[in-house]
Amino acid sequence: MALLLLLAVLDGLAYAAQVFMVAVGLTLIFGVLRVLNVAHGSFFAIGGYVAASLGAAIAAAGFSSALALPALLLASAIVGALLGPLIERLILARIYDKEQVLQLLVTFALFMILEDVQKLIWGVQPIFQDAPVRSLGQVAVGDIVYTVYQLYLLPGVALAVLVGLMWFLRRTLTGRVIVAVTEDREAATALGIDADRVYLFTFTFGVALAALGGALASPTTSLVPGIGVNMIVLSFAVVATAGLGQIEGAALTALLIGLGRSVAVYFAPEFEVVIPYLIMVAVLLVRPHGLFGRPQLRRV
Amino acid sequence: MLTSTRRHVLSATAALAVPALLPRSAIAQRRPSELKVGISTFLSGPASVFGVPGRNAADLLIEQMNRAGGIGGVPVRSIVIDEAPGVDFLLGECRRLVQNEGVDAMLASISSGSCLAVAPLAEQLRMPTILWDCGTQRIFEEASYRYAVRTQANAVPEIVAPLLYLAKVRPDFRTLAVVNQDYAWGRDSWAIWKAAMDAVKPGVRVVAELFPRFGATDFSTEITRLLALRPDVIFSTSWGGELDTFIRQAAERRLFERSTFVLPLAESSLERVGKTLPEGVIVGARGDHWFLHPTAKDTPLLRDFVQSYRSRFNLYPIYPTFHMAQALFALKAAYEKAIAANGGTWPSREQLMDTLRGLEFDHLTGRMKIREDGQGLEPMLIGMTKHVPEYPFPVIDRMVLFPPELTMNPIGTKGLDWVRLLTPAAVQRAPAEIPYRA
Repeated sequence: MALLLLLAVLDGLAYAAQVFMVAVGLTLIFGVLRVLNVAHGSFFAIGGYVAASLGAAIAAAGFSSALALPALLLASAIVGALLGPLIERLILARIYDKEQVLQLLVTFALFMILEDVQKLIWGVQPIFQDAPVRSLGQVAVGDIVYTVYQLYLLPGVALAVLVGLMWFLRRTLTGRVIVAVTEDREAATALGIDADRVYLFTFTFGVALAALGGALASPTTSLVPGIGVNMIVLSFAVVATAGLGQIEGAALTALLIGLGRSVAVYFAPEFEVVIPYLIMVAVLLVRPHGLFGRPQLRRV
Repeated sequence: MLTSTRRHVLSATAALAVPALLPRSAIAQRRPSELKVGISTFLSGPASVFGVPGRNAADLLIEQMNRAGGIGGVPVRSIVIDEAPGVDFLLGECRRLVQNEGVDAMLASISSGSCLAVAPLAEQLRMPTILWDCGTQRIFEEASYRYAVRTQANAVPEIVAPLLYLAKVRPDFRTLAVVNQDYAWGRDSWAIWKAAMDAVKPGVRVVAELFPRFGATDFSTEITRLLALRPDVIFSTSWGGELDTFIRQAAERRLFERSTFVLPLAESSLERVGKTLPEGVIVGARGDHWFLHPTAKDTPLLRDFVQSYRSRFNLYPIYPTFHMAQALFALKAAYEKAIAANGGTWPSREQLMDTLRGLEFDHLTGRMKIREDGQGLEPMLIGMTKHVPEYPFPVIDRMVLFPPELTMNPIGTKGLDWVRLLTPAAVQRAPAEIPYRA
């Protein structure tokens, strides 16, 4: 029983890491821009596809498979740098002051466009590039074989992102500026902060985080049309449970969902699919603004 | 004379009036300038891994057909619609194809939900419809259709055949776990397997029933559970990217070393997963087809199709391409048979449908029949993976072609009830294995 629980915890941590990596970008963008970005799942998918393409190019060129790991980071940086500024300046900047329903529709349209772009570039056949997993090898817990990638790398990167993001927002000038704009855009602007630049930077960073989530998932999963849809649904559940814009909340919720799901697979598999949503409903019934959310006054 | 004249007038009037009173489609038709065929398939979403190869096969075969004179001398033109947006959208598109585009026949669909909705619509619109890929056995068990037939088998033989194969090659298995996608196919195929297994091999203990979310990208928790449980057999009817992911994650964690896998849809993943999929895995192809089919491999028909498909799409054809070929070959055979029976006149829709029922026709890998209830009968090719130097992916060895008499329920029975009546003796009636040959 103790071994089973240990295995469930290990599986839960690995899954939580994946979920957190997708949700953190979404919650960051909402926290600062106040835009619920439905296209976030597309950035996850594109990050995965670019990482797989880079990995395939590295293998085809005959370079060491160890380069496949930094290629994951490079892929997310490329996607963030290319798509982030383009979409923020061309599309989102025009809808910041519009109704949330319109923002949802615009980002949904963007999501649909990006889905077709993925099909145009990468086709519909599943794509898989597992060099990063193979390069790290396996490790045994009892007689159960895990991959080092799953057991150490994924949770390690997620923890690094969480700690790094909290340090960045609390300890650096840029981070504090972002927090200032998030708290009160008008006051921050009056103090001379260029809010437009903050929005541009935050969105680009959020896109890169989503792409990093996809890039990290790509060595363990097949990239297929529609992969972004599945991730966005789960991410919304995490963000809603955490409280919109709450990074620590997203981490805690991802952990709850990861552990809840793996315990379900072990002890009550029929609940596996609904566990994230049961957790969401339970939290929102007790705390309607999410685990870390704060009630806000509505300006009429 | 007067009587004779009146009789002539009455006869002539009747001759003119009767066709006008009949439904237009019930009488022989004028030969059209082109035969428009609507095709519904998945062009987007996860199931496009089947839908797009199906569409590609249709494009290729229709081109070849038209170069050879079309169907009954009439060129064929396809109009393809995407079934991914859902059943309501699909029904609207089918209506549009029939009422606005004037299609002469429909080939529908991949999703069983789509077919369950399209078949009744075909009745309403009196539209000849061939169900080309969907698997649910319920369609012709729960209703009778005048305007719909299916040119392939259904879920019952697709599941019973790998079970009989497993019982034949691994008769000592005692425990089993299932990992199926959490949607209709995953649940229905497990229900058929479980009922059939209880009949054919009573006493097998099911140690885990795992149904990960449809579209899941990670199976590590399920794999850990299976590593800990060590079932003799792991059964999964997953497909597409999810099956590829499951295979790769299971291989990375050496799950294949602990259990025998039964993957009835894995023929469609062989080329993608490559030799990550080890030897000794039981795989199926949803019918009597594979690009290295043991009895048809050297026939010009299959060889030319595989060559032309591969040269155009840079992939080997997988089962949906064969299902599409079956549908198009059946349509051609039925039209030509009906035209011949009609004295060279273009047949009505009803004549076409009457011809389709009971039709025997040749396809890429053999000959098959459409039963009187509209259900297609074809053998099931099941075998075991083997690594060979000729291909960078596993081929299928130790193949058994299960005849429909052994795996398909008869007309008037329900598949799920029928499989409960199977006995262990069914395993002994399985035909002999056919080894892979290069």
